[in-house]
Amino acid sequence: MCEACPTLLDKLIHRGLLVETGIDGLYGRSGLFEQVIDGFDRLISRTGADQKAEVLRFPPGMNRVLFEKSGYLKSFPQLAGTIHSFGGSDKDHAALLDRLAEGQPWWDKQEMTDIVLTPAACYPLYPTAAKRGPLPEDGLIFDLNSYCFRHEPSKEPTRQQMFRMREYVRIGTPDQVVAFRQNWLERGQALIARLGLPFHVDVANDPFFGRAGRVMASSQRDLGLKFELLVPVNSEENPTACLSFNYHQDHFGTTWNIRTAAGETAHTACVGFGMERVAIALFRHHGLDVDKWPAEVRDALSL
Amino acid sequence: MLDTIRQLIDKHARLPVKAETLAAGQDLYAAGLTSFAAVQLMLALEESFDIEFPERMLNRRSFATMESIAACIQELRPQAIAS
Repeated sequence: MCEACPTLLDKLIHRGLLVETGIDGLYGRSGLFEQVIDGFDRLISRTGADQKAEVLRFPPGMNRVLFEKSGYLKSFPQLAGTIHSFGGSDKDHAALLDRLAEGQPWWDKQEMTDIVLTPAACYPLYPTAAKRGPLPEDGLIFDLNSYCFRHEPSKEPTRQQMFRMREYVRIGTPDQVVAFRQNWLERGQALIARLGLPFHVDVANDPFFGRAGRVMASSQRDLGLKFELLVPVNSEENPTACLSFNYHQDHFGTTWNIRTAAGETAHTACVGFGMERVAIALFRHHGLDVDKWPAEVRDALSL
Repeated sequence: MLDTIRQLIDKHARLPVKAETLAAGQDLYAAGLTSFAAVQLMLALEESFDIEFPERMLNRRSFATMESIAACIQELRPQAIAS
């Protein structure tokens, strides 16, 4: 890539599709960008309509205690975002304002609140599902969509720190859950093919932290627990994961004590759709002018 | 060395069975070792044998059996064989 050429991010910002905020990975979105996201969202809903998934929408923050119990900090402490708020006195407040005026660090009286930023759309779901008691015979399927936060600043527009993740989550017996994931591996590919995007599917691993994380990542790959549908967006060499297909085995079932109808520990799986990533892949491959996108793609997205 | 490994497995690997009932070549994952527990075991092995597993050993296979664990340790600390 030539140094002077505008990057994909430059182009998206110049065109007004993304709006700079001064922070890498934190962008506003234009109305047109949102139309593409909405179109993709509806396409997912149509594709998954037969599942009769229960729709649940959580805000982009979750209960800190539940987050702590989820095990996220064991695996991804570097990505987590916690919310803090001022907990000082009048005097501390005055000191805060003084330091702010002087451009000095002002946050020593900030205290951790009870809310953390949601790291993945399904994290608030598991404790909610667990509270309902044993699963019905057929297990459960949920439809989720949430803004998520991951602390990973990047100049790649496809790696944002705050982004939307749509998910279908299956909770049930190992057989039910494995069949669900296999089904979505096929549906996901058909869906992206309809959008005229080049892609391939590959085994993958999550960005587990540290040396211990290397063992986790190796296990995840060896067991084929995570697959990604990759679309070349920033480059051919490092394609972007636009959809992921994850089998968590009994990880969440054990953590939250979710039981099947037969009393066994439930297994879970999810298919995740990176909403912004798919939208940006569409702009990358079909051009910045949505009116000139292929008719079948516009049709699929109801544009 | 296998005795020490067995002790560490009992303490950190959270298996439903005692390590003494397992053969050195038996698959620990099949015996109930989870990835999270494998990581705990790895850290305990490093502390106990005063070693640091290099990148190439940070994978599932290294911790699959007591034999494979022993082979890693032996490679990193040949004198550990007698302990």
